[in-house]
Amino acid sequence: MIPELGNFALILALCLAVVLATVPMIGSLTNTPGWVALARPAALGQFTFLLISFGCLVNAFLTNDFSVLYVAQHGNTQLPTIYKVSAVWGAHEGSLLLWALILGTWTVAVSLFSRKLPAELLARVLSVMGMISIGFISFMLFTSNPFDRVFPVPLEGGDLNPLLQDFGLAIHPPMLYMGYVGLSVAFSFAIAALIGGKLDAAWARWSRPWTLIAWVFLTIGIALGSWWAYYELGWGGWWFWDPVENASFMPWLVATALIHSLAVTEKRGAFKRWTVLLALLAFSLSLLGTFLVRSGVLTSVHSFAADPERGLFILVFLCIVIGGSLMLYAWRAPDVTSGGKFDLFCRETLLLGNNVLLIVITAFILLGTLAPLIYDAMGWGKISVGFPWFTAMFVIFSPFLVVLMGMGPLARWKKQDPGALARQLRMGLLLSIAGGVLFALPLFHEGSIWIGLAVALSLWLLSSLVLSLRQRFKYRKGLASVLKDFGARGSGSYYGMIIAHLGVAIFIIGITYVTQFEVEQDIRMSPGQTVELAGHTFRFDGAKAVQGPNYRADQGTIRVFNSDGKEVAILSPEKRIYTVQTRPMTEAGIDPGLMRDIYVSLGETLGNGDWSLRLYYKPFVRWIWLGCILMGLGGLLAAVDRRYRMAALRKPAAAPGVPDRLATEGRG
Amino acid sequence: MNRYLRYLVPLAIFAILVAFLYRGLSLDPKRVPSPLVGKPMPAFSLPRLQDPEATLGDTDLKGKVSVLNIWATWCVSCRAEHEVLLQLAQTGAVDIYGLNYKDERDKAKQWLVQLGDPYVANAFDADGRAGIDWGVYGAPETFIMDKQGIVRHKHIGPLSVDALNTTILPLIAELQATP
Amino acid sequence: MINRFISILALCLLLGTGAAQAGVTLEAFKFKTEAEEQHFKDLIEELRCLVCQNQSLLDSDAELAHDLRAEVYDMIQLGKTDEDIIDFLVARYGDFVLYKPPVKPSTYLLWFGPFVLLIIAGLLLLRSIRRQQKVPASEISAEERERLDAILGNTTSSQGKDQ
Repeated sequence: MIPELGNFALILALCLAVVLATVPMIGSLTNTPGWVALARPAALGQFTFLLISFGCLVNAFLTNDFSVLYVAQHGNTQLPTIYKVSAVWGAHEGSLLLWALILGTWTVAVSLFSRKLPAELLARVLSVMGMISIGFISFMLFTSNPFDRVFPVPLEGGDLNPLLQDFGLAIHPPMLYMGYVGLSVAFSFAIAALIGGKLDAAWARWSRPWTLIAWVFLTIGIALGSWWAYYELGWGGWWFWDPVENASFMPWLVATALIHSLAVTEKRGAFKRWTVLLALLAFSLSLLGTFLVRSGVLTSVHSFAADPERGLFILVFLCIVIGGSLMLYAWRAPDVTSGGKFDLFCRETLLLGNNVLLIVITAFILLGTLAPLIYDAMGWGKISVGFPWFTAMFVIFSPFLVVLMGMGPLARWKKQDPGALARQLRMGLLLSIAGGVLFALPLFHEGSIWIGLAVALSLWLLSSLVLSLRQRFKYRKGLASVLKDFGARGSGSYYGMIIAHLGVAIFIIGITYVTQFEVEQDIRMSPGQTVELAGHTFRFDGAKAVQGPNYRADQGTIRVFNSDGKEVAILSPEKRIYTVQTRPMTEAGIDPGLMRDIYVSLGETLGNGDWSLRLYYKPFVRWIWLGCILMGLGGLLAAVDRRYRMAALRKPAAAPGVPDRLATEGRG
Repeated sequence: MNRYLRYLVPLAIFAILVAFLYRGLSLDPKRVPSPLVGKPMPAFSLPRLQDPEATLGDTDLKGKVSVLNIWATWCVSCRAEHEVLLQLAQTGAVDIYGLNYKDERDKAKQWLVQLGDPYVANAFDADGRAGIDWGVYGAPETFIMDKQGIVRHKHIGPLSVDALNTTILPLIAELQATP
Repeated sequence: MINRFISILALCLLLGTGAAQAGVTLEAFKFKTEAEEQHFKDLIEELRCLVCQNQSLLDSDAELAHDLRAEVYDMIQLGKTDEDIIDFLVARYGDFVLYKPPVKPSTYLLWFGPFVLLIIAGLLLLRSIRRQQKVPASEISAEERERLDAILGNTTSSQGKDQ
């Protein structure tokens, strides 16, 4: 009975989404306060029913209700409880339900935390989110219902894909979806502002914290996915430029451009048209990613079971949402006034330059991702575009991004004397060139121009951050005033920027070091045998059979000693065979460290207790995710900047004009 | 008007994108067409399945329209395809040769006894080297050669009755008609 | 002699497309030098497995990948160049096997497109900045400025007032 309840709740959620999408919107256009006021309860109701529906599916997994087709396909009685819950979003139908629930959550969050927003504007924002919700819920109900029943009821479920039976991947999709869907808030704000014809600094200020939070989730979600790939796939890779990875990276890049552009619009009133376009694009690319992953138009390691009918549904949905929003943009944008005047060289243009680079990078990633499809469709033959192409292109373009990043925080708004900036940055430039040359030459290790470049770029970023901090504290002497600065308005976004950019510097070092100086060895080892690798001695102590809750495994034991003969780690890589989906899975043995990871994965048994093993020494690999965490932290700090809360609380007194101006209908 | 057209650019780019994505829905990204089509078939000379002493090679296939079917007993969809191959053999339109790919001889022989034998002869490719030369990446695959031994068509995956009637048989008839 | 058949099920073949299951080791191949081994790995890493698509020949566990690895290894032992080996594979499987598409007229779009894009974007950027400069002072009005300062808490001007 409970699955039917879930299905019914889903239908009710759809009804409420329809109400949310229409009534408040019409109310806001016709000045009917009663209709406008419906937005909040409708959002809350939709969320409640989605939650009930989601709960029903969780319950079906927990109780092993194999009469539900989705549970029969992806559940299993032997599955550990945590994975029974994560199995809910382990495949297409359930992950859609999670997506819809998260959209409902964001909708409610907007309705709760934007109480100070003018009612009409809030109504429009929530309405647009309701429209998106209609698309996803009806997609589920019409093509991919997770509550479909199956008869006869199987005795046992098909089990969750063993690759997904892992903590990292259990929380990766919710994080990622929080990011994808979170971008719908910025999107909805943009649409609402375009409808109202009022795009101004206040609009940017409302959207900015929401966008930042979505960006933080997206950053962490992507980092989690990469971390998971690293330890779970057994070859220690952390990014493969797979279509699905690209599908998450593209919205991230555009969202990154957006948060910077929003800052300019908020502070200077400039780039309004550009910012609003970015807000539309960021979410559009999230939706495009959904299409690419679920339609089967591209092959990917992680794609869901493909179905052209579903693909067509999403494509039509894409046309309505993206096409509609771009049409609205084409109609409204020409009337948006261009903002503050600025010089050819100033912080605005540097930020705009970075924006353009980010978009060009996004565009070529889109080109590379879709190229196999484009070539096939045009009859130009089947090609593959893989990591060599993406890496080459990315390495060519991204250094310019970092160069601009170093200049941005120091440049002034409106007008910057290039000579003055050059004088400021002279030391940083010298330092980074010196550092780069030092590391490019074989002084510390083999040396490589890539390491030189990475070190130079990181030092460039670091020195610009230090200079910026020095500038900020020029007139603030003493600990007390420094501490006071941390609590000041606007300081959250400032320090957030510092931390996030620091994260980028660390990230650059991490990826370059691990790609350049990773050491790897494939070897056959007998029990007791030792092998040297990167100054460490690895001793293989044989493998034994172990029994997991729903798998059998061979577990190897490898002791690692450093050059002094001291034991640094005992690693236990496993080769698992899951009972239901008899696929071999590797569980790497990793000794993590700030400066290096030691990574061992178990290959095949070769008889007589011999095993083939893959040993890796990965310097600085943790810095990749450390950098991502810092970026996320920086974003979070910027999002909780006091001025967003202050303004919300003080607004009626401080800026009486705002609500009226924002609520102005049309542009009459 | 230029001023307004400029803002239509994103929409135009999106429209082009949608056109490709729509086309993509009816394409299969996993299907890799053979670069052999239009080229002479690769040379090979392998022991026959039924008689290891005798050989079967590309020269045996030349001078007439021929079909080469790559199959193996471990291949699940080959079993599904087998019925269609028997149908094709019954029409007598063409000689069907088999390339028994990375298989065990006894199992393969037994398979033909059990399920019927549509083949004129089978080459036994134990280590899959000939398969690599033919660009095989997943059995079953079927090639059609013209009288000069030029590869004219490659069918990837199990043959269906539908594919037989709409593509394979018409093509064979056409090739038979040309000198 | 190469131990060509490391005993693994032809799982990918059976499952159609396999997901990323790794743990393939190249232990079976013997190399004279480390550099030679690295060269071999670098080469097969850029080749796409046709069965377990979206895995390279280096990572794939498919039976065909095993065979092709052996084939590539043999060719290297015979002193064939990378070009020979790539030509050999392209002649059989098409450009599809190359993760790095060859530079030829049909792929100019791919190889040069990003740069054209960058130039176009750069020109548009420059043009729009110049246009912006010509716009007669549509600067934020004093009233608007004040309002914004109030909401945005301009850090330099309202430093002390915000407590």
